Amino acid sequence: MFADLPILSLLIWVPIIGGLLVMLAGSGRSGLEAKVLALLVSLLTFAISLPLFFGFDSSTAAMQFNEFKPWIAAFGINYHLGVDGISMPLIVLTTFTTVLVVIAGWEVIKNKPAQYMAAFLIMEGLMIGVFSALDAMLFYVFWEAMLIPMFIVIGIWGGDNRVYATIKFFLYTFLGSVFMLIALLWLYGQADSFAILDFHALPISATAQIWIFLAFLVAFAVKVPMWPVHTWLPDAHVQAPTGGSVILAAIMLKLGAYGFLRFSLPITPDASQSLDWLMIGLSLIAIAYIGFVALVQRDMKKLIAYSSIAHMGFVTLGFFIPWMIAANNGGSFAGAAMGISGGMVQMIAHGFVSAAMFLCVGVMYDRMHSREINDYGGVVHVMPKFAGFMVLFAMANAGLPSTAGFVGEFMVILAAFKANFWIAFVAATTLILGAAYTLWMVKRVIYGEIVNEKVAALKDINAREFLILAVLAFMVLLLGVWPAPLLEVMDLTVQQLVEHISVSKIPAGAM
Amino acid sequence: MNFEMPNFALAMPEMFVLGMTCFILMVDMFLSERSRVVTYLLAQATLVGAFILSLSLFSPLRELSFSNTFVLDPMASLLKLAVYAVVFTVFLYTRSYLRDRNMYTGEFYVLALFGVLGMMVMISAHSFLTLYLGLELLSLSMYAMVALQRDNRVASEAAMKYFLLGAMASAMLLYGMSMLYGVTGSLDLGEVSQVIAEGEINRLLLVFGLVFMLVGVAFKLGAVPFHMWVPDVYHGAPTAVTQFISTAPKLAAFALLIRLLVDGLGGLQHEWHDILVLLAVLSLSVGNVIAIAQSNIKRMLAYSGISHAGFLLLGVLSGTPEGYAAGMFYAIVYSIMGLAGFGMVLLMSRVGFEADALEDYKGLNQRSPWFALMMMFIMFSMAGVPPFIGFWAKLSVLQAIVSVDLIWLAAVAVIFSVIGAYYYLRVIKLMYFDAPETTTALQPGRELSMVFSANALLILGMGIFPSALMALCLQAFVL
Repeated sequence: MFADLPILSLLIWVPIIGGLLVMLAGSGRSGLEAKVLALLVSLLTFAISLPLFFGFDSSTAAMQFNEFKPWIAAFGINYHLGVDGISMPLIVLTTFTTVLVVIAGWEVIKNKPAQYMAAFLIMEGLMIGVFSALDAMLFYVFWEAMLIPMFIVIGIWGGDNRVYATIKFFLYTFLGSVFMLIALLWLYGQADSFAILDFHALPISATAQIWIFLAFLVAFAVKVPMWPVHTWLPDAHVQAPTGGSVILAAIMLKLGAYGFLRFSLPITPDASQSLDWLMIGLSLIAIAYIGFVALVQRDMKKLIAYSSIAHMGFVTLGFFIPWMIAANNGGSFAGAAMGISGGMVQMIAHGFVSAAMFLCVGVMYDRMHSREINDYGGVVHVMPKFAGFMVLFAMANAGLPSTAGFVGEFMVILAAFKANFWIAFVAATTLILGAAYTLWMVKRVIYGEIVNEKVAALKDINAREFLILAVLAFMVLLLGVWPAPLLEVMDLTVQQLVEHISVSKIPAGAM
Repeated sequence: MNFEMPNFALAMPEMFVLGMTCFILMVDMFLSERSRVVTYLLAQATLVGAFILSLSLFSPLRELSFSNTFVLDPMASLLKLAVYAVVFTVFLYTRSYLRDRNMYTGEFYVLALFGVLGMMVMISAHSFLTLYLGLELLSLSMYAMVALQRDNRVASEAAMKYFLLGAMASAMLLYGMSMLYGVTGSLDLGEVSQVIAEGEINRLLLVFGLVFMLVGVAFKLGAVPFHMWVPDVYHGAPTAVTQFISTAPKLAAFALLIRLLVDGLGGLQHEWHDILVLLAVLSLSVGNVIAIAQSNIKRMLAYSGISHAGFLLLGVLSGTPEGYAAGMFYAIVYSIMGLAGFGMVLLMSRVGFEADALEDYKGLNQRSPWFALMMMFIMFSMAGVPPFIGFWAKLSVLQAIVSVDLIWLAAVAVIFSVIGAYYYLRVIKLMYFDAPETTTALQPGRELSMVFSANALLILGMGIFPSALMALCLQAFVL
């Protein structure tokens, strides 16, 4: 039924063009027309993404919903779109989250609401472009262009130190991605094409693979972010408005991890193998060390930002564990798929959970204009409904079974056990650390006596906020008890990826 | 004596511009202040006419004329078309600026058109003599244009500096040419290249000549370490003149580079390659780093221009036809962005207020969101962020150097462009994140705001569809 429509193009361009219209419609002081239009555009985009999910054929690992048009003949760059089991769920996550962000910013954003909404819509289109691009240069264009609206969002609507945070964010990510650009140009010289799938099939010598891997690593590690290039994230998160934090945590961080799956692993499998100790080491540092850092935060947003870094550590751990598993099991890659799938599930779950956590902090910040844990206490007495949601999301963040946060972590830890007991051991400390920093925060903020008059005067969440949090709570629980549809969608793609990376790409006779 | 009749048809655009300019010079004398618009329209008509003539002469062939001193090839045609278009846009931009400041005189247009003629001669030169002739015609016009506001002390100082340093650079260039003439016995670029290819002459003398010539060329391009004049002249000159000298002459300077190094001294590629690497790296580093320290937007754009010259050199030094095409693409793209960048300064200025301090851009998003958005496009394009055209220019240059395995150079270039991104971001920060000092909206004339908007939207539009211009540039070098 939907086969004839260019669904991916619609998903990219409807929000971008809609965003431009919203910007033009935003002359009114309250910006009500602009907000309504933005909501309609985001809902429409979400609706367009549904056939992508339900029409997805999970019996093949090939690219689906392909679109192909020559774009820049001089360089052989094509407008080539398509999705597989890895990118499709992320696109749906994007369209879903953007609707929430638009609703979340409804009454809160007083300064130039039209530009705010427009920036998020344009960002949505660009992020979908990143996930669906099958041409490396098209990917790069979306990847970089996405920085522009985020730069503006943090810079205009952010907190007191927003200018520092946003410039740091931009320059960090820009620096990371320019090295990827050079790697892509080198690959173009070898493959005489910018098609990502051609890059996958290209034999590359071991030394060149290492260099390309490192160039990709700079780009993606900054985005994920991995320790030690994570320092932009707490700044950006703390200063960004709630919507900006949600998009950053729920989707932008996933772009880096997606880059590992789409570029690093399949293009440079041998370098990934020889450097997997590095990746696993950095992931474990992110999980354990950053967990401790999160423990001592006084600012709620900063705490959640650090917990995001720790959770993303699980994702990268899952992606780079296959070779250790093979080495430990006599060369068999059985079980490797579980690590990668676990990382994927963790990405989606973290998208919901971190979005929910940032929205919760946003709800409190809108009332109190403070993110300091010390300013709160006893919120449950005045905001019982809100407290219920917050506790649920905190449990999910800590990885409680039957919530979304558990599934991915559990799969990755299981895979890690197949590789090495001590890796699994360090990774499993997150179950303690995560519980410690999240629940301790909840204890101090939600429970206890009411600490001051400001807290006593708090009003519980209104219908709009209730709706957003309820939808997220539903998703968090659904994914926790019934992750099967998600796993099924990505199953064959991940299988194929594991098969692909288990074969060396070093040309015969060369070392 | 065997006198061959030259093929005049090839130089029709040059002859047309010369004739028209002399005509305008005379007509203008009889015009009153109020009917000055006639001069303006005639100048624009000259450019349109030359555009049509050059377009009709466009052919993929390479033809020589005037005893091999004049060449018309696809590169020449394309660059000339670009020069007409750029200067046409400059005239559109600057009319109200000139009128408000008592500079709306025939001299401006006549000098600019003589400059255009100089550029055309340079672009089509096939002999040291024509090259030098065109260069001097252009330079002398530009010196005079900078000094057009006689009573303005800063402008006069800038003109003086420009003239003294420029004369020095020309002398260096001429000295280098004389050395090459001495060794090769010819002024004809084709013959020079042939003699060098035969390889029977003193290489040391050739290299000496090359170095002197490169000093002259680097000066015209504004490449470090011969860049000292750029910020002072860009800053001191009236903004209308700055817009002119920062855009079209870069196209001619690119032609100068190609004519000398590729057409004439292609045999010395090994030697000039290393020199250009040095010039490029210095330009990228000095241009981008010092731009950060500027508080005046015209000076900032001047240093940014220096770093762009570095990028342009990267394309040429790759030594491949694709690299030359990338360099030409870069030059054209830069002139489009330069037009818009200085166009913004023109747009912001009023009589008695030049709007050239960065502070003046504070809070522009509150005052005039549309113009702030357009300026944001320009800044991101200059920083090389997609989807704007500046990204594709950088990409094609980088591709050219990566394809000849100069990956370290590509890495240096991208690192400095990240450093450079900082000062472009700062302009955006001022416009979007800071509070304005006044709340009045900008009120530029309709003509000016339309040209500016079209220019900035072109930067976005060509960024989304860069294919056509890229293909044209490529065709000029790769057949």
